[in-house]
Amino acid sequence: MKNIWIIANREFRTFLDSLVAYILLVVFLGLSGFFTWLFGTDVFYIKQATLLPFFQIAYWTLFFFIPALTMRMIAEEKRVGTLETLLTRAITDWQIVAGKYLACLLLIGVALLFTLPYYFTVSWLGPIDHGAVWCGYLGLLLLSSVYISIGIFASSITSNQIVAFLLALVIGIVFHWIFDLMSSVASGSLAGLMNYLSTSSHFASVSRGVIDSRDIIYFVSLSLLGLILAEAQLASRNVVD
Amino acid sequence: MDITVSNLSKTYGDQKAVDNISFQVKTGEILGFLGPNGAGKTTTMKVLTCYMAPSSGTVKVGDLDIFDHPEEIKKHIGYLPENNPLYLEMPVLEYLSFVAGIQGVTKEQLPGRLRTIVSKCGLNKEKHKKIGELSKGYRQRVGLAQALIHDPEILILDEPTTGLDPNQIVEIRNLIREIGKEKTVILSTHILPEVEATCDRILIISNGKIVADGTPDTLSNQAQGKYIVTIRIKAETPEGIAAQLRKLPGVSIVELDPTRPDWFQITADTDLETREAIFRLCVNNHWVLIEMTPVEERLEDIFRELTLK
Repeated sequence: MKNIWIIANREFRTFLDSLVAYILLVVFLGLSGFFTWLFGTDVFYIKQATLLPFFQIAYWTLFFFIPALTMRMIAEEKRVGTLETLLTRAITDWQIVAGKYLACLLLIGVALLFTLPYYFTVSWLGPIDHGAVWCGYLGLLLLSSVYISIGIFASSITSNQIVAFLLALVIGIVFHWIFDLMSSVASGSLAGLMNYLSTSSHFASVSRGVIDSRDIIYFVSLSLLGLILAEAQLASRNVVD
Repeated sequence: MDITVSNLSKTYGDQKAVDNISFQVKTGEILGFLGPNGAGKTTTMKVLTCYMAPSSGTVKVGDLDIFDHPEEIKKHIGYLPENNPLYLEMPVLEYLSFVAGIQGVTKEQLPGRLRTIVSKCGLNKEKHKKIGELSKGYRQRVGLAQALIHDPEILILDEPTTGLDPNQIVEIRNLIREIGKEKTVILSTHILPEVEATCDRILIISNGKIVADGTPDTLSNQAQGKYIVTIRIKAETPEGIAAQLRKLPGVSIVELDPTRPDWFQITADTDLETREAIFRLCVNNHWVLIEMTPVEERLEDIFRELTLK
């Protein structure tokens, strides 16, 4: 656990030292604030004290931002060669992957923390469903966790950041969109399966304020799957052929 | 800690990078791993550092096997990979603390270790700078410092002096020699004077196989099993002297140097006996022996001879 934390700490500092963290925070807060308060179906337009518009837009911003965050995680270390120094230290492959995941999740957590003023302001404007808000936040966090682990996996199979970014986006689109689309086209148990695989349907159910253990299991197991695949990718250097 | 490599092989696709090599390194020994580029030096080092598994064979570090206890072994190894990859955006001290952390240096030990290593590697002035701002020589020192930070018993250095200027090379070599007094050191290089200057033992590897193993001295002799002496005799009849020299026991070739009239080059099977015989021959014939120099075959020649086959 200590090793995971050391890796996470270093990655988090790298975010802060580079501009990545600040760009993410500014753009994330700017975009979500803009659409929550000023534009389109904002709070004043729908005349309800709800954070639903915020969750919808945050969802999309994260969808694009997380791959940008995770793309360099392993790909860059492979390209520069620092991965070798890391893997030859008294640390397991899993600890490296988990540490990097934790750093990303932490940064997203901080970004979400900065949006809490939206919540307080809206709740001051009118009666708000507090449960739904917290569920919405939980949903965003779970969703981010899945995209982060997909991103880290994508980063682990290439040494090119752009490829890692695009790959993470493609996998994200499949889970977010293609499965959703197919579930509406298909019928019977296939439709059910596609619906179960789709991140958007699970996010929708969590952000409605219903915490179902199936949703939690879905998000957690998908995150774990991504990380395990990334670890396997790192360990593949050991395959004896 | 001793390292025992037995029957190690590693193949990439159809290419055999390392082909069934075995050797042992003892504590306090500096082993020079010598070979042309692509001979399998780096691959062997990657296996020793548990970066990748061998295709067959095994490595034991102390009593530990690389397959069963990689995490434990990694704690005892300090490794400087080829090209010295570093996190350029990190300040030196922060980077060293990071490495110390994952290598299991405790919070209490950390300040002491940092002080020792920073001064040992001569990084005191640069310790707050970002690694990316340092010159190549200083980066190399940071690379060495990160390998040494947890006071490992084994140090593995892959081409530690590439790209350094002559002064820096001497400094790094001195540092390695000092460290090598109490630790097991394996260093790879294709620079010959480097192994002669730093190593107790040389392992020459070519096309994945070990072609020579021994101290620099034994290697020089072992290569041909012949000794060469040049002598200078004040002589009126060089041909006559050469003929006499050829009759000496053990002497196989006597050559006259056309550019320098008094010089002879003698190739013999034995070293001291031949020189003694030459001396006695000169005394008996009242020849004036002005100079006699044994020619040591240079490591470079041995290297070329062994690796070009």
